[in-house]
Amino acid sequence: MSKHVLLVDDDPDFVLSTQTLLESAGYEVTTAEGVAEAKARLSDWRPDVAVIDLMMEEVDGGFSLCHHIKRLDASIPVIMVTAVTSETGLDFGGASGGDRSWIKADALLAKPVRSEQLWRELDRLLKE
Amino acid sequence: MNKLRVFVVDDEPGMRHSIKRGLVNHTVRLPEIESEVGFEFTEADSGEKALEILAEQTFDLMLLDHKLGGITGVDVLDQLRPREPDMLVIMITAFATIETAVRATKSGAFDFLTKPFTPEELKETVDKAAAHLMVKRRAHELAEEKRRVRFDFIRVLGHELKSPLGAIESYLNLMQERVAGAEIGAYDQMIKRSLIRAGGMRKLIADLLDMTRIESGQKKREFSTVDVHAAALAAVEGVKPRADERGIKLAIEHAGAITMEADQGEIDIVLDNLVSNAVKYNRDNGTVTVTLDSDDETITIVVRDTGIGMAPDEADRLFQDFSRIKNEKTRDIPGSGLGLAIVKKIAELYRGRVSVESEADVGSSFTVLLNRHTAPAESENDA
Repeated sequence: MSKHVLLVDDDPDFVLSTQTLLESAGYEVTTAEGVAEAKARLSDWRPDVAVIDLMMEEVDGGFSLCHHIKRLDASIPVIMVTAVTSETGLDFGGASGGDRSWIKADALLAKPVRSEQLWRELDRLLKE
Repeated sequence: MNKLRVFVVDDEPGMRHSIKRGLVNHTVRLPEIESEVGFEFTEADSGEKALEILAEQTFDLMLLDHKLGGITGVDVLDQLRPREPDMLVIMITAFATIETAVRATKSGAFDFLTKPFTPEELKETVDKAAAHLMVKRRAHELAEEKRRVRFDFIRVLGHELKSPLGAIESYLNLMQERVAGAEIGAYDQMIKRSLIRAGGMRKLIADLLDMTRIESGQKKREFSTVDVHAAALAAVEGVKPRADERGIKLAIEHAGAITMEADQGEIDIVLDNLVSNAVKYNRDNGTVTVTLDSDDETITIVVRDTGIGMAPDEADRLFQDFSRIKNEKTRDIPGSGLGLAIVKKIAELYRGRVSVESEADVGSSFTVLLNRHTAPAESENDA
């Protein structure tokens, strides 16, 4: 059975490109444009994995959504994606354990996301 | 209220006491920079002791007697100078010789008090030093503030440039990997989106150049008699192909000739931005109306559209740098978020202002008022 991904970003281009990429590899994808829409989807459904943008319109929307997901079900892996690496001082390329535990995400990826990175993280997280 | 830390160095206890008494309830006010300070004191009775204390603490102001028991006040200054650039020193001398004054000034003294001095003379000298310090600090704060605003701007700009580039890269990666197969048609949407984002970047860069030009003041503003109606016609002509594609009608209403002394480039930017927005955010088969009016004082430009409009809270932040309203209606419309900020800055150059009235799904009406008499007088000789 194909794995189901929740994909959340307010940038429609990130959604379209990542959705296309995921579907090409056989994932099923549900998208949401913001925190509210994502929470609505999560009210009666659980994804196998979530890919969410760090900085959605609500500034720290990514953090709050990540916490929300982990509260609903701590076993759902969350991959956090962002374009603001230098600005936050977080090294998303090699995401240290410290940063990960603070954000509560299981992986951090820099935009634009490279497909091989995404496959590596998805393989690792969905195997666990 | 802030207190300036004053260090009183004198070998006569009576002198130290009278300085403190003269200043303890004294304050210095500078209403221009909204600043007021009082004083607090530390004392030393010799140059040696003063240097010891100065190794441990910093002060804003030092009242330093020249003729001390051991080393002199000037000796203290000489040993101190490389370390205390921010402290102002007032030398106290019993013998106001030119030689002492010259030496002390060379060693970094800010001012002098000649013994004996009255409380008024003391206050006057200290006031001058305090005002100097306060103004210097305020200037420093303002420079910091300016630096911070600049830094914020660059940070947001970096993000605004990185987002479209990231989107385009993502699409190109997918195409390179043939994620949707070998048929080019399968990538039409990605190509369309890439072009929209690239167009947005191009507009952002063009707007940035406009903004830099306006803000730097490096490029001389060239005043001449500008035909505002002709500028509006040119702006309308520029957007006509895009308007025609979507059946949007463009009209200019004006009564008689509308001219003003202005920089042609700036007036063009105002009209281009407003007219192009009115088309971009319009509905298909909508209308754009440019209304021009003038009286002795003011040129009024109103650009009205029948487009998507906006909510009042959105209208409030519309004129800030990088403010763009993001929703499903604006998603496919490229924009830098700088256009209206630029219009506002230009309006301010003409002691004017810009405002918007808008209703969601009905349309928006932008009004720019420009004062006709802001041209510098000498520019007429240049022409």
